[in-house]
Amino acid sequence: MPKDQAMTDPVMRLKDLTLSLDGNAGVVEVLNGISLEVAAGETLGLTGASGSGKSSLLMVMGGLERATSGLISVLGQDLTPMGEDGLARFRRDHMGVVFQSFHLIPTMTALENVALPLELAGDADAFARAEAELAAVGLGSRGDHYPLQMSGGEQQRVALARAVVGRPKILLADEPTGNLDAATGEMVMDLLFDLRDKYGATLILVTHAPELAARCDRVVQLRDGQVVSDSLAVAAQ
Amino acid sequence: MNLAWRIARRELRGGLRGFWVFLACLTLGVAAIAAIGTVRGAIEAGLTEQGAVILGGDAEIQLTYRYAKPEERAFFESLGDVSELVDFRSMLVAGEERALTQVKGVDDLYPLYGAVQLTPDMPLQDVLAGRDGVPGAAVDPVILARLGLEVGDRVKLGTKEFIAMAALERMPDSAGGGFSLGPPTLVASAALQGTGLLTPGTLFETQYRIRMPEALDLETAKADAEANLEGTGFRWRDRRNGAPGISRFVERLSAFLVLVGLTGLAVGGVGVSAAVRAYLAGKTEVIATLRSLGASGGLVFRIYLLQVGILAALGIAMGLALGGILPLVFGPLIEASLPVPVDLALRLRPLAEAALYGALAAALFTLWPLGQAEHIRAAALFRDAQSGVQGWPRPVWIIACGLILATLIGAAAWLSGLAMLSLWAAGGIMAAFLVLVLSALGVRVLARWLARHLRGFRTLRFALGAVGGPGREAQAVVVSLGLGLSVLAAVGQIDWNLRNAIAGDLPDVAPSYFIVDIQPDQLEPLIASLKARPSVSKVENAPMLRGVVTRIKDRPAAEVAGDHWVVHGDRGITYADALPTGTKITAGTWWGEGYEGAPQISFAAEEAQEIGLKLGDSMTVNVLGRDITAEITSFREVNFSTGGLGFVLSMNAAALRDAPHTQIATIYAQQADEAAILRDMATAYPNITAIRVRDAINRVSEVLEGIAAAVTYGALATLFTGGIVLIGTAAAGEKARVYEGAVLKTLGASRAAVLANFALRSALLGLTAGAIALVAGIAAGWAVSVFVMETDFQVAIGSALAIISGGILATLATGLMFAWRPLATRPARVLRARE
Repeated sequence: MPKDQAMTDPVMRLKDLTLSLDGNAGVVEVLNGISLEVAAGETLGLTGASGSGKSSLLMVMGGLERATSGLISVLGQDLTPMGEDGLARFRRDHMGVVFQSFHLIPTMTALENVALPLELAGDADAFARAEAELAAVGLGSRGDHYPLQMSGGEQQRVALARAVVGRPKILLADEPTGNLDAATGEMVMDLLFDLRDKYGATLILVTHAPELAARCDRVVQLRDGQVVSDSLAVAAQ
Repeated sequence: MNLAWRIARRELRGGLRGFWVFLACLTLGVAAIAAIGTVRGAIEAGLTEQGAVILGGDAEIQLTYRYAKPEERAFFESLGDVSELVDFRSMLVAGEERALTQVKGVDDLYPLYGAVQLTPDMPLQDVLAGRDGVPGAAVDPVILARLGLEVGDRVKLGTKEFIAMAALERMPDSAGGGFSLGPPTLVASAALQGTGLLTPGTLFETQYRIRMPEALDLETAKADAEANLEGTGFRWRDRRNGAPGISRFVERLSAFLVLVGLTGLAVGGVGVSAAVRAYLAGKTEVIATLRSLGASGGLVFRIYLLQVGILAALGIAMGLALGGILPLVFGPLIEASLPVPVDLALRLRPLAEAALYGALAAALFTLWPLGQAEHIRAAALFRDAQSGVQGWPRPVWIIACGLILATLIGAAAWLSGLAMLSLWAAGGIMAAFLVLVLSALGVRVLARWLARHLRGFRTLRFALGAVGGPGREAQAVVVSLGLGLSVLAAVGQIDWNLRNAIAGDLPDVAPSYFIVDIQPDQLEPLIASLKARPSVSKVENAPMLRGVVTRIKDRPAAEVAGDHWVVHGDRGITYADALPTGTKITAGTWWGEGYEGAPQISFAAEEAQEIGLKLGDSMTVNVLGRDITAEITSFREVNFSTGGLGFVLSMNAAALRDAPHTQIATIYAQQADEAAILRDMATAYPNITAIRVRDAINRVSEVLEGIAAAVTYGALATLFTGGIVLIGTAAAGEKARVYEGAVLKTLGASRAAVLANFALRSALLGLTAGAIALVAGIAAGWAVSVFVMETDFQVAIGSALAIISGGILATLATGLMFAWRPLATRPARVLRARE
């Protein structure tokens, strides 16, 4: 991705973002003044120690969590004034999310899980597209199986298919290999990067693994809810 | 067991969270059975303690339309003080108005026990003495109101005037008399002279109540009576069972209600089982850890058996406390609403019975998931910690479940005293259970299939997918709600059809009036005058006597016929010479016209089959104190369902025609002329008694209403338990829904879409439970209508709609009760908590 394009065409803009959460130990400052721009088509790795706030930042980026203060604009739209339903619609139309624990709906088959975002978007062709997507992740024959009947790697591939089936402009992945063994994790990551390359989405990836971060165009490291390093800034220097 | 106990105790430190459904279901089921048993015990004790008051004496000897002969009276007096009461139906007349009444003529000794309650409060003998030479009467307030009478007004019985001196609020022996069509009027026996009512052949009975010295043993007295009065057609009752009809009724109704209570316990069992299953699923990791540390499957079983046992004991104890105390708290209300004396107290037997049922039900519904828990492996720590308990328990636990079930059914059959009914009910509950479980399975398969094929209907498809997907929600909801609704649906269908048969169809085919006590010389002019009226379409008449079937095949009747209604008390009998028009002989031959030989009987075919009678059998009938033994020579079709004239027993004319008797007639007339017919008849023939069929139907309907209400309350209690199970199921599913809601919202579903999804799946389950319950209810209603009541069956639409909408509303309400959190919670919090 050419650096100049990245700077002129950001899909996501964060400014002075903070997030405070009420926990058992009182109010915790999870994010503390994050400012960041993400370019279209970029693969951004968010790294940091446990509790650094990287997953929380990803949740805020996806509208799954509301920032306490600051601005967040995605694809030119300010997310801060949006209500829950507005955020849900926005995700439906523009984002795909992959989680560490897959988060498939246990009462739905693999095919139904993959078709779900398309159905929510009112796509009449939802199941045909979902079948094709399942086949693309190598699970064409497992469409009738429920999540509990599948291995962790298979579940994550279903989750990947579900995340990309709507061809989102932004793909968010929160430690997608965290619950998988090394070999399966590598296979899933290959698949994730292949799909991103195939569909050209912006990928924001939370990871602990340095080798995964190395596969990203850009790596942002967080500590105590703040950005402590940004490979893009380093490169610019 | 020590180790198991120590670990179980440590486990219970976590408190009873998650067990409220378990406790509520068990507590309610046990409480319902304990409360029914306590009230039953109170009524039985009341009837026993107050036996002499209810009966009106220590013993009573009843004779059918005759007074005691001097030697019989002398025998009664040898037993103690004797009070004579004459009892018959008649018409109380006030001006142009008439009302059917049960006249009770009493002597100076009445009542031997207890007191008559009158308004104004005054001595009974003053009431009966009357005023200004006119005898007095105590008249039931219902009749006073119906005839527009005030205390002090004049009324007529037959041809004689009486003064309504007081309102008859309550007679001490009113509960012992059983069902009657007319409210009572109390007069002095002596004052009945000159009324023209007690002429030969009039249908009346006399009751000789005896106050015995304490030293006299009732059994000895009864044996003496049987020896002295053999062949006189007398009937003996004593204070040990002062109101046998009520005792029997209470026994049957409460046994039936206990069975309804057991249904409630079965419904609660679904909740109990689900709670244990959910608890064990939550403990999978603990169990797997214990197994990884070397605990055997048996030890795991014992640990959780102890925990569940402690909780079951707590639930049963709470149920016993509630069921024992509630009747005492509501004592005044119960006493006021029952027509019999009650002695409310905590009694051991009903509480022990309820505890036994509770313990057996708890064991039955928890043993299976506990047995499954034995199979949880240490590997669950790494692989399937979320999967919970599954698979089959070891054969020993399956056999144990079977034995417990058999013990439960056996206990119900033995303790209720109605073995056959209990076995049928148990079969019914098990069949309903099985049908509901299979239906839930079928519904899941169907929902899954529909979810895959209904691709245009997003919300419906999501809901169907959830109903058809893995998990036990569909089964728990359909079974728990379905069983309660099935009982309610069955009661609704049976009640509606029974009432429809009695109050809906019967008035159209039944006569307007039954006229009894028509003297032979009155018959021709009466029938002629009735037939002369254009509104009268038909008049039928027959000679009428009353007799008691005392022996069959030369054995005591009760030995042969058991408790069959035909041998229970005295029956209307008739005679005929030629075969009456329209009579159909099904077996044997009718005696020829003018037959003067040995007595012969033509018996109702259906009742004969029920009793087991055959042609050629001998039967002894006591009429007016005289035994007549006859041979059964034919069986006839007798249709009682149209309300027309129908006699179980008809004899040849020569056998009965010389006995004093009267005629009975039925009048079929247009409703508009019924009042005028009654007025004209009663004016011309003051001694006759007219029973308006519509009034009788209303009276029967009232009684049925009371019984249906009692059963409905029982069914509602079952449904209440079902509601708790529903709430428990919804509460247990809340976490899953919060998660599902979060994922759906992450993928772009609006809150409205999430809510619609949850609401629709709840409604679908409710609809399923309601529909299955309706089918079960209709099947039960049809079977009872066609086979037991032998009437036509129609689906009661109102009840059906109520069941369906009730099912939907119940699941919708409980589902939505737990929809708030899934809607309100932010997805990130939920999803990250699962990372």
